[in-house]
Amino acid sequence: MNARLRLRVFAVAGTALFAALVWGFVGLPDFGSFDGAYGQLLNRLSVPDRASTDVVTTVNFDFREFDTLGEEFILFAAVVGVASLLRTLRGEHVATPDDDVPGRRVPETSLVVGVTGTLLVAPTVLIGIYVVLHGHQTPGGGFQGGVILATGLLLTYLTADYMTMRRVGPTALIEAAEGAGAAGFVLIAIGGLLFAGSFFENFLPIETAGQLISAGTIPLGNLAVGLAVTGGFAFMLSEFLQQTLIKRRREVR
Amino acid sequence: MSVLPYVVAAWLVLVGLYGIVTSRNLLHLVVCLAVMQSSSYLLLLSIGYVKDAEPPIFADVPPTTPAVDPIVQALTLTDVVVGTTVTALLLALAVQTHKRYGTLDPEELRPKRPQA
Repeated sequence: MNARLRLRVFAVAGTALFAALVWGFVGLPDFGSFDGAYGQLLNRLSVPDRASTDVVTTVNFDFREFDTLGEEFILFAAVVGVASLLRTLRGEHVATPDDDVPGRRVPETSLVVGVTGTLLVAPTVLIGIYVVLHGHQTPGGGFQGGVILATGLLLTYLTADYMTMRRVGPTALIEAAEGAGAAGFVLIAIGGLLFAGSFFENFLPIETAGQLISAGTIPLGNLAVGLAVTGGFAFMLSEFLQQTLIKRRREVR
Repeated sequence: MSVLPYVVAAWLVLVGLYGIVTSRNLLHLVVCLAVMQSSSYLLLLSIGYVKDAEPPIFADVPPTTPAVDPIVQALTLTDVVVGTTVTALLLALAVQTHKRYGTLDPEELRPKRPQA
């Protein structure tokens, strides 16, 4: 199919899709006047019932936590998928960039990038931990904080090189974090089954809203997901970056 | 009544799809898919918006303050996670495609006979 014909087909299909979208959107509530009773009910229940002041986190880690289990394992499946797609294939081996041409040196990281990046690592990790731990109070939680924490590891790649990143975050540690996080989340669910009678039911005292240790199992869930997301993202970043070091034998196609 | 958020959501779907249809590079195609997906974030958040309401965070406001719908926001978080995983897997597939065919241009990709 040539480019012109393809554009014509797209023009017809795109117009039809646009019409379908408009048709669908007409039935939506007017912007700003949504009247969902369930959401408003949760807004009223979250603080008195769960001592959690961030209702989005309450939804994700309490009322709708079973869905978050699925979400967590989607991420887990993606990590496994990336790992198997980017595995070292037959005829490939990992080598440092220095090995190719003897005497040729890879350019050093510039001083500005090195210093700025090094200065940023500690605050980034601190913010990441803060966001994970305060998910039940202010915007944030395990998913958001986990991504920030993985960014901290990526900063070590930016300031130094891939090998340094692997020393700071060894694969075994990253895999352990991913596994422990995913398993911990399931254990919280089973804890609910054992101590409160149903899967993911809160089994800890909810304490007072606004305290760091409050909201029952919500902070625990955030901690488990934070670990898993940190591990998962660090692992995927590491796998992609490793591709830059892969050398392939000429005859292998 | 403002229809702008819905217009932008529809525009993001179409412009992303246009990018996918005309793409000459698999990485560009993955980014176009991410643009399409961002339409669903905008749509979800727009649906749950309530005029003159606070975000559903009651850390420093009384728990009875009017707030926007928290469920669509939680769904958006799920959506972002799914979008990220899809992007990661497609990028990994693009890396493999480049290894096997030596190109990222979908036009130049042709079925290849399996080699021993």
